[in-house]
Amino acid sequence: MKLRQISVFVENRTGRVAEVATLLRDGNINIRAVTLADTHDFGIVRLIVNNVDEALKILRDNKFTALDTEVVALEIPDAPGSLCRVLDLLGKENVNVEYLYGFVERSGEKAILIFRFEDADHAVKVIQANGLRILSGEELYKL
Amino acid sequence: MIWNPEMECMPIGERRALQFYRLRNAIRRAYEKIPCYRKKFDEYGIKPYDIKHLSDISQLPFTTKDDLRQNYPFGMFAVPMKQIVRVHSSSGTTGKPVVVGYTKEDIDIWAETMARTICCGGGTSDDIIQIAYGYGLFTGGLGVHYGAEKVGATVVPISGGNTNRQVMIMQDFQVTMLACTPSYSLYIAEVMEEMGVDPASLKLRAGIFGAEPWSDQMRKEIEKRLKCKAIDIYGLSEIIGPGVASECEEQNCLHVFDDHFYPEIINPATGAPLPPGEKGELVFTCLTKAAFPVIRFRTRDLSCLHAEPCPCGRTHIRMERITGRTDDMLIIRGVNVFPSQIEEVLFQTQGVEPHYLIIVDKRGALDELTVQVEVEEKIFSDEVRRLEELQDRIQKQIESILGIGARIQLVEPKTIERSMGKAKRVLDRRLQNGA
Repeated sequence: MKLRQISVFVENRTGRVAEVATLLRDGNINIRAVTLADTHDFGIVRLIVNNVDEALKILRDNKFTALDTEVVALEIPDAPGSLCRVLDLLGKENVNVEYLYGFVERSGEKAILIFRFEDADHAVKVIQANGLRILSGEELYKL
Repeated sequence: MIWNPEMECMPIGERRALQFYRLRNAIRRAYEKIPCYRKKFDEYGIKPYDIKHLSDISQLPFTTKDDLRQNYPFGMFAVPMKQIVRVHSSSGTTGKPVVVGYTKEDIDIWAETMARTICCGGGTSDDIIQIAYGYGLFTGGLGVHYGAEKVGATVVPISGGNTNRQVMIMQDFQVTMLACTPSYSLYIAEVMEEMGVDPASLKLRAGIFGAEPWSDQMRKEIEKRLKCKAIDIYGLSEIIGPGVASECEEQNCLHVFDDHFYPEIINPATGAPLPPGEKGELVFTCLTKAAFPVIRFRTRDLSCLHAEPCPCGRTHIRMERITGRTDDMLIIRGVNVFPSQIEEVLFQTQGVEPHYLIIVDKRGALDELTVQVEVEEKIFSDEVRRLEELQDRIQKQIESILGIGARIQLVEPKTIERSMGKAKRVLDRRLQNGA
């Protein structure tokens, strides 16, 4: 039910994120989703890719600090209020979200939300009990 | 094993008599042979025969690094050049270098005290010692070399640098002892990890590490990562080089080879002598050296002396590991800060790698302290919050220890320059900014 996301530590220096992208390109890694969390000094690049192990190896071989983190992907309708509904539901069940990002797969049809939960197992139960669809790793890596 | 039990375990009373006898000779030689000392003594209105007790040493003038520099290169030599068989020089990192000379007998004394150091670290003639201190004008390489040969150990004179090769040789030659700076030993450990070499598979048993101040936490880190005992050794080229003092396997303060090098602790501000147990600046007098006999040399190293006997049986006075240098001391917004204090905080903050850089800037009239810390995988988190918590934790601890705020900057691994010799921990940019 959970899928693997790569998190990479990058300093706030010009071109540093580009280097991550270049390394992945050279390794023929396809990025499915990407987001950058930034602070004054550093950023964390979060990536969903088609080949997690290979991507991690490439990054670590090139002296990047990279982690393999478990996240949960959720499919929601691409319509006003969808995000709101999901968050309300999670809130009511006391599911704490560490962070989330989303993208639209096909306009007007589906959107995908990627969540990092404090307690992923609990979150998955709540989501399933409410009949929402969780995407498997395979589905997402192959998008 | 104790290399020279007669000297190292000599009853204190006897040693004091020997020290006094040697001190008088040293002072007389310095006065007669070195114009700088004659001038200094005369200015103080003191003659060599005014020294009637060991404690009278505190009446003598100090020798500073400046005195030595002003007599660059050979002005402090007490023997003709014909008798000088070797010269070494300090690194000159803080100004013009100091050139020191040795007679054949001085080299023998040096080998003797270094042999003691190696035995203090548990070394014997069965050991294979990899000397990764730099060879050349720096005293580290050749100093340890002669001592190791005297002990009868097998010497691998590899010098510093080419770290992959260091690891390969350590493996292939079944090296049992390593001699280098503590920061270089950690770099070797890092390269070893990258090469996939398991330190537990090595024969390495002990390391004798010196030439820069390091903390107990760093010792633990080295011992954990290199799987060997880490022994702190001490020396400085102005006195002889490495081999002035060494920890024994008890790892509880360093035995000063005080039959050759007489230590004192003074208040760095007033110059007044301080009793054992009080912290201050280390001062050394060379009791036996012929070529370069310094009297009351101010080392700028901060330490503390202990007179109680050591369980190992050696009766030398012991000095605490160097906690900083009077000239290392940064004055930030009026507060005295030693890099070693910051290092301790970093080691105590669980999981933080020992690679750090202290940067001091001036913004307007205000000093700004930044500490760069490398983020290794074991402390990295995909959550910004956790990294910020780490920053906060370090920041708060530094503030509680130093009383001043510091900006903690998390940087990528391997971005802080590695050192083959003395680590550069401080970047003071206040002067270059025209402050």
